[in-house]
Formats: sequence, C-alpha cells, structure tokens
Amino acid sequence: MEHQPSEFFSRRQFLKDGVWTVSAALGGAASALLAARSRRQGWLWQIDPYKCIACGRCATHCVLTESAVKCVHAFALCGYCDLCTGYFGPEPKALDTGAEHQLCPTGAIRRRFIEEPYFEFTIDESRCIGCGKCVVGCSAFGNGSLFLQVRQDRCLNCNECSIARVCPSRAFVRVPADQPYLLKDAAS
Amino acid sequence: MKRLALAGLGLGLGIWAAAAQAAQRFPPPQFETDYQIPTVHLSPPREALWEALDAAVLAAALSAASWLVFKKRSRRWIAALSVFSLLYFGFWRRGCICSVGALGNVVLSLFDPSYVLPLTAAVFFLLPLLFGLFFGRVFCGAVCPLGAIQDLVVFRPLSVPFWLETALRMIAWIYLAAAVLMAAAGSGLLICRYDPFVSFFRLSLNTPLWILGLLCLGVGVFIARPYCRFVCPYGLLLRQMSRLSFWSVRITPDECIQCRLCEEACPLGAIEPPTAPWPAKLLPAERRRLGLLILLLPLLMALGGWIGYRLHPVLAAGHPAVALAEQVRLWQSGKMTERTDEIRAWETSGKPAESLWPQEAAVLQKFSLGGLLAGIFVGFAAGVKLIQVSIHRVRKEYQANRAGCLACGRCFAFCPRQQMREKARAVSAEKKQVEG
Repeated sequence: MEHQPSEFFSRRQFLKDGVWTVSAALGGAASALLAARSRRQGWLWQIDPYKCIACGRCATHCVLTESAVKCVHAFALCGYCDLCTGYFGPEPKALDTGAEHQLCPTGAIRRRFIEEPYFEFTIDESRCIGCGKCVVGCSAFGNGSLFLQVRQDRCLNCNECSIARVCPSRAFVRVPADQPYLLKDAAS
Repeated sequence: MKRLALAGLGLGLGIWAAAAQAAQRFPPPQFETDYQIPTVHLSPPREALWEALDAAVLAAALSAASWLVFKKRSRRWIAALSVFSLLYFGFWRRGCICSVGALGNVVLSLFDPSYVLPLTAAVFFLLPLLFGLFFGRVFCGAVCPLGAIQDLVVFRPLSVPFWLETALRMIAWIYLAAAVLMAAAGSGLLICRYDPFVSFFRLSLNTPLWILGLLCLGVGVFIARPYCRFVCPYGLLLRQMSRLSFWSVRITPDECIQCRLCEEACPLGAIEPPTAPWPAKLLPAERRRLGLLILLLPLLMALGGWIGYRLHPVLAAGHPAVALAEQVRLWQSGKMTERTDEIRAWETSGKPAESLWPQEAAVLQKFSLGGLLAGIFVGFAAGVKLIQVSIHRVRKEYQANRAGCLACGRCFAFCPRQQMREKARAVSAEKKQVEG
C-alpha cells in the first residue's frame, strides 16, 4: 500500500516546520544578542592629528572630488609668527602675501596683521583641498597648530573610508558620533 | 628679533621634513591690543535622526515590498518601489549604509572588541533576513539599491544553464568566506571596497570601480542581475532564509494549470517546471552517486581547508600590519631605496622595528587559522551544493525556486489565472462605479 501523506500533516511539512521554528528561534536569539550588543550611536571617521604625517593622500583618495578632509587651525596653539612656515614656502624672497611665496597651492590661508610682530592665519575652507602642505611646514618648524581633520558635514561616512585604507600612518580612526573631531589642544 | 630667529630657523635648515609631534616651539603671544584668540568652529555631523529615518525607510520599504508581492501582486508597483529604493538608498544616501555591506560591520563587531555595532547597522543587517524568514527575498526584489540598478537593464535576458548557474554561485561562497575572514582579521571591509555600483551612487571617479560597475551592467543586459546571482554574499544568507520562508512567492494566485506560459518569464531562471516521475531503474545508480557525494563532502572540506591554509600569506598581505612589516624589512635590507610615506610614518612614530614582527606574526597566525576555516567552509558549501543538486525533488506544478526567486514579480502577469483575476477585479470595480 502506498503511503499517502495527509494534506494537513506530512513528514516533509513537519520537518520543514521544525527547521523553520528552530531557525526562527535561533535567528531571534542572534538578533536579540546583536541588538543588545549594539548601541544607538554611530561611528564617524576622523584623523588622529598626532599620528598624521600629512602625506597628502587625503586630497587624492577621498571618494568626493573635493576631499572631505580640510585643514584646521587651532589658534590657541599658534605662535602668530611673521615668518609662518606653514604659510610661506621654504625660501620666501619676501614676507608678503604674493602667491609665489605661499606654500598653499590654492591660496587658502589668509594672513592678517594683528600687532607687531604678530600675524593671524585663517583658513578659507572653501579653497582648502586637504593636501596638508601647510601642515608639514607648520609641524616641521612651528607649533603644529595646523592639522588635518575630516569635516563631518562633508564626509559621506563610507563604511570603508577609502582614505583610511591608504593612510600610511593609520591615523584614520573611528570616533563616536558625539565626539566628531580630534582636535589638538593647547594643553598637550 | 623673533622674526629674525624664525627666518634663521626656517631658512638655515634646508631639510623640509615633517615631524609628526610638533612641539610648542613658540609660546602663544601676549597681545597688547584687544585681539581675542578666535575659537575653532567645526561643523557638526549629520543628525542621528537621519540614521533612524534610514532604518524606518528600510522597514517601510520591506513591508511595502512584502505587501506588493503577496497581496497586490503587481510587477509595476514592485518596479516602482525598487526605483524608489535606488534613488533613496543609492543616490540620496550614496550607497552607505546598505544591508550587503552591513555584513562586514556585524563581523567586525564580533571580532574587534573596540568596535561596537551601531544600531542602524544591526537593523540593516537583520531586518531583510527577518523578512526573508517570512516572505522570502523581498529585499532583493524591491529594496536593495544594488539589485534595483541591475534590474533596470535587464533587456535581453538569456537563460543560463543550471550547471553553470550553480557553479558560478560558488564565486559568492568564496567571496562570503573571504569577506568574513578579512573583516574578522582587521583587513578591511571587502564587500564595501569592491561594491561595483557605489561609485555611480556617489558620482565619484574611481576608474576600476566604474569599469567593474559598467561591466556588471553590460553583462546584466543579457544575464539578469549578475552581481545578485553570482557574487552577492548577503544574497547567499537571504537564499537560506528564503528556503525556509513561511510564505513563498507563488507564480499563480490559484492552482497551476500547467499552461507553460510562465516557463520563460523569469530572467533569473528561477522558475522550475514540473518533474517527470523518477524512473525506478535509475534509482540504484542515483543512490550510489549520492553516497559517493556524501563521502566526497569531508574530502572537499579538507581540500578547501588545505588551499585556504596555503593561501594565508597572500590573504594576509593586505593587512596594514603585515604590509608595513614587509616594507620595513625591504627598507632595512636596502632592497627598497625609495622612502615611502609608510616608512616615513613608521620612522616618525618612533616604534622600533622589533615591535613590528610580533604584530605581523600575530596577524599571520590569525590568517592561517582563518584561511583554514574559510577554506573548510567553502569546501563544505561546494560539497553540500553537489549533494543538493543530485537529490531528486518532485514538483507537480510550475514553481518559483525558493532560494533563487528574487520576488521581482515578473512572472505574475504571465499567468492566465492572475490575468483572469485582474479582469474580474476590474469588472467588479467598474460595476461598483456604475452603481455608485
């Protein structure tokens, strides 16, 4: 006599329901575990300025045509020098704002006289391309008050940051969203 | 005076090298005028609310897709939803965050104690799988932006022979194993790195990725959704969920009358025809073959494990610790004369070379174990696949293959019974209108 599986209950259906229930339970448990281990806050990419060597890859490797990385100037750290090695090229013929004397390829740093002998340097963000040339100059001979940071309003927050992948000093780190910047402070 | 001293320092030292740790060489000035030192203002990131919105849109899109596939049964609406997903998750959110890539985040959070999984990533990873357990691959059909962009170019779909389809799917298993291994060992997120469509979404110029993306779309004209079928690692997880799904996509809303009209409807070749009864004389041979394949399974696992283990130096080469150690070794032995940025960064970090070798060794050890396990996993997948395809299943009607069906709804309109229903519905609606 041939076995006739009933419409409501067959071995295959029973097995299938069993597997479904078990996998649903396992999936539920795994989901609960993952959700419990997760946290509401997301991560953002940021540059640790103390690790960064300003190699210049930030300017070229960002998925944005104009990199999300730009230079930041911590005024509190700045010496307000007349001969700013972050502003002027290696051998400036004159300490004036002529483009040929400037280090910045886009002229993004503005120099303003404050009082003898101090000058204020501000960064025109719309011009900065994040190449880090000024950062190299400033940290080599100055206070290191110029440094690169990912501008969080520009950054697309790619899951795998394409600059982080090529960063030679592994200065790109994930930071919690409520501390979006890693600034240099005057105390350190 | 200061100016002179500075000039001397700046010009005297011809070397224009960077020091990572710049000292406070010049004390901040004491201003005599009333100049106030400005504070640094930096723009805040996107509000966290937007991420919650992404998760909410995902949940809504998945629910809508399930409703469209199971109740509304309308290809047009499913296609419209997939275009919306392409625009929202693709072009508006620029491809990040996505469920396919969230796989990497989940693995990273399991292996890297310093990385806590953000809730959004957890939701993006889990929700489509959960829906898969109930409704099948509705995510693939209407919500995934990577699928949606490929779905737009399916103009001349050719049917891929079953054996080729099955064999090509091994790429996805290997990719899954490699992606999990890389994320677990800290080599990065492979799936995101080689996402073929993300440079379209971001409109960014990355030539290799554009070529990859255009290639996928070009192939996709003739072979529908090649990335989804042969590469996507997340799709593999969804396949398994869909196999178990509580409800599965049906070609016809009623009983199949075997009219064969839907036979060619599926561009993915996921529609399976009814099977002929199994000839009894073939049974012993088939049984023997199945037995051999089951015996082959551990052999394939061993082979996979051996290959994975042998490949581990290659797999580990991309890890930053290994790559740096290799460069430093070359640099110190004088085989590499160009002072690369990596060498410069290492020199300024002040770490001795001796501290690099244990790190490298630790990573290599991780990869040797990981490579072995990944290889065993791929071997297991291949073995199970062989067993799976040699088990005969009886089908009495035209069915959508549970694992392969992407719930795109193309076959619905091919079914005459669906069309009859729609006509009846239209007539009754018209009647109502007339009466009303």
